[in-house]
Amino acid sequence: MVRFLLGRLAVLIPTFIGVSIIAFSFIRLLPGDPVALLSGERVMSPERHAIISAQLGFDRPIVVQYLDYIWGILRGDFGTSIVTKQPILESFFALFPATLELSICAILFAIILGIPAGIFAAIKRGSFFDQTIMGTALVGYSMPIFWWGLLLIILFSGILQWTPVSGRISLLYFFPPVTGFMLIDSLISGQAGAFKSAASHLILPTIVLGTIPLAVIARQTRSAMLEVLSEDYVRTARAKGLSPLRVIGVHALRNAMIPVITTIGLQVGVMLAGAILTETIFSWPGIGKWMVDSVFRRDYPVIQGGLLMIAAIIMVVNLIVDLLYGLINPRIRH
Amino acid sequence: MSNDAVTLTTEPVVKRDRRAAEFWYYFSENKGAVLGLIVFALLVVIALLASVLAPHAPSAQYRDAILVPPLWLEGGRSAYPLGTDAVGRDILSRLIYGAQYSLFIGVVVTTIALVGGIVIGVIAGYARGWVDTVIMRVMDIILAFPSLLLALVLVAVLGPGLTNAMIAIALVLQPHFVRLTRAAVMAEKSKDYVTAARVAGAGHFRLMFKTILPNCMAPLIVQATLSFSNAILDAAALGFLGMGAQPPTPEWGTMLAEAREFILRAWWVVTFPGLAILITVLAINLVGDGLRDALDPKLKRS
Repeated sequence: MVRFLLGRLAVLIPTFIGVSIIAFSFIRLLPGDPVALLSGERVMSPERHAIISAQLGFDRPIVVQYLDYIWGILRGDFGTSIVTKQPILESFFALFPATLELSICAILFAIILGIPAGIFAAIKRGSFFDQTIMGTALVGYSMPIFWWGLLLIILFSGILQWTPVSGRISLLYFFPPVTGFMLIDSLISGQAGAFKSAASHLILPTIVLGTIPLAVIARQTRSAMLEVLSEDYVRTARAKGLSPLRVIGVHALRNAMIPVITTIGLQVGVMLAGAILTETIFSWPGIGKWMVDSVFRRDYPVIQGGLLMIAAIIMVVNLIVDLLYGLINPRIRH
Repeated sequence: MSNDAVTLTTEPVVKRDRRAAEFWYYFSENKGAVLGLIVFALLVVIALLASVLAPHAPSAQYRDAILVPPLWLEGGRSAYPLGTDAVGRDILSRLIYGAQYSLFIGVVVTTIALVGGIVIGVIAGYARGWVDTVIMRVMDIILAFPSLLLALVLVAVLGPGLTNAMIAIALVLQPHFVRLTRAAVMAEKSKDYVTAARVAGAGHFRLMFKTILPNCMAPLIVQATLSFSNAILDAAALGFLGMGAQPPTPEWGTMLAEAREFILRAWWVVTFPGLAILITVLAINLVGDGLRDALDPKLKRS
């Protein structure tokens, strides 16, 4: 297991260095001069431009700038936003819980509905039920989620007036963030109605972000189940006279879950991409919206730091999934 | 000798016919795939005949018809079957012209990603060694980012617009082709027919692209259909974020972006462009599922 881990790390570290070079060089390629942007509408004299350039370190050789940037990252310093002047790491940690809370809810939504749906579809293979589920899953898989979000807003916020349109909680409530998770914080605050407000804000974004993972998990569960159900050991279990519930729940499910866990792990990247759209539609104050806003504001250091941190999260999650996979399925380790 | 040459040239043609028939047999077993193919063919016809089919010009603004609801609602007019948008443009006409953009995006992006991915993948799988390592590490780096985020930042680097959006999407989709091609080439490379061709004196280039590549096409075709629908979705998403095709282009994602502020007042402005995206992507994915069943012998009978 240790060798497996070291082998994975040997690939991961060069990849991460590559990611950092990409994130760093993108910013150097972006059109527009960040120093001129700072001055806003006013015209800046060449002398002043040179002074600020030097202050920000833009006048040094690019390799020195890169090494300096990496040295900063190793000490936990990702630089500061040009627009808000806040340290990037600080904004990231302030915003990340919002994305994390939304992503956890979305993946739970996808798993809780997707795995049973896939199992039933596999058991009742070819039935009307199977065809309906798989048809729905393909629609979900093909869904432009930014449109799906708008449709849900029209229906639930517009026509039915059940859910709010945007944000994480009603403006009526205010309490200091403790965990950063609005559902937990609103409970801790003890204010009447706060939890309900937080939950109702969370419903639509959860559905929107969870739709594609739900479809993917249902499809994957079904095909993994079908494969396992045709195995000899399942036939043996049936022949021994075990109840269908036991055959499916114990013998088949355990092995069918191996590819499904990998699929769930791969959804992390899908979710972070989906967060860009979902958070934009629902004005959800997370890192997806933060990235989009920064692209529009040309806030270079934020784009750079955000790219790096998001890639790091995906890589770490993939590593964890690989390790889990190695634990469940020892064949993979060698 | 001349006799040999004749049999050599005729045999593959017969084989190809039989393979096509077998392929169609498996493909047509999947009713969803056939339906998807029909819808897709219709979309192609609509796109090609846009100027004939569309009742209005895509950017013609009618000042007397702003936010007119669809025909079947109260206040709807027969001149605008699906209603009009906030500046009085006919939505149906814009959707019809939009089909041209979406299919064009799909074709261009998939072609770039496919050709680029195949060339790089064949080189990596055939050469192995440090060339392979470098190529695959670069692909890992691209895959480490969420594709939409990388495309978004790339478009920000290159400047917003449809062309740049297509380049960015092709770039983020291409590693999948590289990986598939490389894996297939590595599997085929050690087989006897390749060794035979090498012994017969075939050069590297011929071995890579004429001997090995045609036998690796099945997974690539399936991946290409997937990329086609992904390209349409991602381009629409970028258009929606304001980084893809710019207004007044009747691209479906861009239409959605323009319509966002009217969602609670005029649902039709938002609903129809998204529905068009969904139907197109769904049709292509149905075809993709059918292709996978028909081309992938491992999954064929499962």
